[in-house]
Amino acid sequence: MNSSVVIFPGSNCDRDMDVALKKFGFKNKMIWHNDVELPKSDLVVLPGGFSYGDYLRCGSMASKSKIIDSVIKFAKSGGLLMGICNGFQILTETELLPGALLRNKYSQFICKNVFIKINDSKNNYFKNIKKNILELHIAHNEGNFFCSSDQMKNINDNNQIAALYCNKNGEIDDKSNPNGAMNNIAGIFNKEKNILGMMPHPERMIDKYLSGDDGSVFFQNLISNLK
Amino acid sequence: MQVNESIAIEHGLSKIEYKKICDLLKRTPNITELGIFSAMWNEHCSYKSSRLHLKNLPTKGKKVIQGPGENAGVIDIGDDDAIVFKIESHNHPSFIEPYQGAATGVGGIMRDVFTMGARPIANLNSIHFGSPQHKKTKNLLRGVVRGIGGYGNCIGVPTIGGQTCFDESYNGNILVNAMTLGLVKKNKIFYSKAAGINKPVIYVGSKTGRDGIHGASMASAIFDEKIEEKKPTVQVGDPFTEKLLLEACLELMAGESIIAIQDMGAAGLTSSSIEMASKGKLGIELNLNKVPCRELNMTPYEIMLSESQERMLIVLENGKEKEAKKIFDKWNLDFSVIGKTTNSKKIELFYDEKKVADIPVDTLVENSPMYDRKWKKTKLQKKNKLNKDNFKSLKILNVLNKLLSNPNICSKEWIWEQYDHTVMGDTIQKPGSDAGIVRVHGTNKAVAASVDSSASYCYAHPLTGGKQVVCESWRNLISVGAEPIAITNCLNFGNPEKEENMGEFVECVQGIGEASKYLNFPVVSGNVSFYNQTKEKGIKPTPSIGGIGLIKNYKDMITMDFKKTDNIVLVIGKTEGYLDQSIFSRDILRVKTGPPPEINLFNEKNNGQTVLNLIKKKLVRSAHDVSLGGILVAVSKMCIKGKKGLEIKKPKQLINQFEYMFSEDQGRFIVEIEKENYKQVREILEKNSVHYDELGIVLHKDIVIDEKTKVSIDDLIQSNNNWLKKYMDT
Repeated sequence: MNSSVVIFPGSNCDRDMDVALKKFGFKNKMIWHNDVELPKSDLVVLPGGFSYGDYLRCGSMASKSKIIDSVIKFAKSGGLLMGICNGFQILTETELLPGALLRNKYSQFICKNVFIKINDSKNNYFKNIKKNILELHIAHNEGNFFCSSDQMKNINDNNQIAALYCNKNGEIDDKSNPNGAMNNIAGIFNKEKNILGMMPHPERMIDKYLSGDDGSVFFQNLISNLK
Repeated sequence: MQVNESIAIEHGLSKIEYKKICDLLKRTPNITELGIFSAMWNEHCSYKSSRLHLKNLPTKGKKVIQGPGENAGVIDIGDDDAIVFKIESHNHPSFIEPYQGAATGVGGIMRDVFTMGARPIANLNSIHFGSPQHKKTKNLLRGVVRGIGGYGNCIGVPTIGGQTCFDESYNGNILVNAMTLGLVKKNKIFYSKAAGINKPVIYVGSKTGRDGIHGASMASAIFDEKIEEKKPTVQVGDPFTEKLLLEACLELMAGESIIAIQDMGAAGLTSSSIEMASKGKLGIELNLNKVPCRELNMTPYEIMLSESQERMLIVLENGKEKEAKKIFDKWNLDFSVIGKTTNSKKIELFYDEKKVADIPVDTLVENSPMYDRKWKKTKLQKKNKLNKDNFKSLKILNVLNKLLSNPNICSKEWIWEQYDHTVMGDTIQKPGSDAGIVRVHGTNKAVAASVDSSASYCYAHPLTGGKQVVCESWRNLISVGAEPIAITNCLNFGNPEKEENMGEFVECVQGIGEASKYLNFPVVSGNVSFYNQTKEKGIKPTPSIGGIGLIKNYKDMITMDFKKTDNIVLVIGKTEGYLDQSIFSRDILRVKTGPPPEINLFNEKNNGQTVLNLIKKKLVRSAHDVSLGGILVAVSKMCIKGKKGLEIKKPKQLINQFEYMFSEDQGRFIVEIEKENYKQVREILEKNSVHYDELGIVLHKDIVIDEKTKVSIDDLIQSNNNWLKKYMDT
């Protein structure tokens, strides 16, 4: 399986993603934001970080970068495109995904483990996964998902919710919502479910000595779905 | 502008110093030259009050590659890997503008580390605030935490540990000490020593603005009512540019084109260029018209003294300019050849084709003032005699709950949850542990780091306090299973021109020196921050010690959480029941006098090495050092982390239970061991003449002291976790 991770100036989870993808069997390439063409890929990842410093709205500069046209083309033709954290913000800025990521409810950067309940039906990211509650790590200042009521209706009608913040038993409640995200949304798909944006970082949880090992569950499942 | 004595005094120079400048130059300096002298000769850059005493610190060791004097210290961790690390203060700017002050403190220390070719792999910090009741404390804390996070999170370097203290002596002068560790290959370390003449001198990074002019001089001034007016001299940080600068520098360093490199920190272009020339025994000629400026009509004086952030100065091999420029263009950073090395041993500056400064380098460095300031020894106070009446009204569990929610002991989760502590994917012990640990990427090795201070001990008796901080750092590293290697120190003190404050400095340094020498735990880098003073009142003497240790196989690291019920819990080291200067005495009994607990370096070393030996033999399941709050606070934290309880059987001793549980005798650890290993552990302890007490047995929940005295772990968690969150929310 071939994957590509796009590096924007200010990306800082690019290496972590590279390490994780390779660990679980991807042949990964790093792609510079000023390139115009993506290599042939089964998966393209927009990693976390602070692209272009995020001095404007998070992800908005990256959504106008040189590489982004071919990323959009790749996704529109059905390719798997995943944005984690800042990558998710970039995906909403390019409007490949609906909604926006606002400043966290308590206006603070949050770095901690959270539980998410994932949607494992009819998508290549989570189908066949052996656990549907994952403990992953978040680290962001703007992860508060927001969209219009029309958009939310579409999201629900098309089963586009990819992951919801929950407690360790899988219950979706206010207490488990770290950032004020609408309906506890931690990640969403596009309608066709080939594009995934989510705030939690599976790449930081790939062995038991780290904050947890559920990222391994995610990547193992992902590559076996693609084979 | 014609320079005279009063202008020199406005620049923070003394009359005698001004006369010395005129004598050295054999003429009156012009304003640019005066600015350069004032920047190089102020306390922050010249260490004029401290140099004499710092010389006595042990700085060498088998694993030391680079001691003090470079941008940071470097230690050998085997297999061609080395760790570059340093701690530095950014106290004064953080009090004036907490967000930017703290942010640029983090930025500055990271630059010191990657200047040497190392990729930063972990940040830590030691922050001290005034009393929680003081009107400024909350906002300062919030701003500083945001600033530290805002910079470190954006760069993508995990903040893996630190400490936060509150004490009224910091009401008017907070402390923000930032520490960074970087990883480098031993044969790819870069230094600031220029070599060769006619080599191009390159400016890279951000443009130069008017921010931070005379920042280093501000750091050497005493705060007064007008301090808010100093806001414009606080630098503004741009972590995004620093991230680009980091990547660009490391890319350039992969090649062979750099001769010397130095970041522009305190006193900006002045100190960086002079440092490179001085170390290389060369001269430097700069054309200031070539310096990329952010603002129009900047004068040579402003260009030389600006402390704009995220800038570097590089001496390149001839002919490598094009190759280097390509890299900085890729990262969208300014790149300008601004001068060359010369054999004049002078710093010569040109602006609009006129020479605007011409100063022999040695007058700025070797001939800078050095003072043997008067200092006063601190007398050892009389011990307090406590009797039964002192304890009569106290209930042990009430005391425990009070201590667990004490601002200096409570959980600092509210703080470190705002720091990205997991980016880079190698953090295996996060903040809230005895030491933070990161793996050496792609290897089995891991590096542990801890930062400690004990201002109350240092205030009561600086010599003992100085020793104690080093010992605590050593114990924290051992508690996670790391072999302690070396330390960096950030020495925060009051006004060195006052005998008491200078005495505190001299004796703390002496204590640090004695302990680090005895423990073979050398000081490889550091910084001194004097004038932490508001009007007449100085802070408590506060040396922060950053310790580094190595774990050969990260899978063998130890955490502090109790692991399994029925395991045996031991106290290693002798408990004499020494209460003076303990947090129990100070905050519960309200007795603030008396000497701090004594340090017995033999016991420290013997106990520590024996615990490390037990860990290496895989006989220890969890470990924690006993410090603030004594035994009961230490085991409570282990219970809280492991969500387990403990049945305590107080050993039969002559001392009462408060003395046993809350005394802060030094050289002690708590360890958890399996029953079947007890015999072997005992033999090892006895063979090494290490005193130990059998404290109790790990339970499912509840801490049980006797039938009537027990408390659930959930209650303890509440006490420990809630104080800071509540404080910040109200």
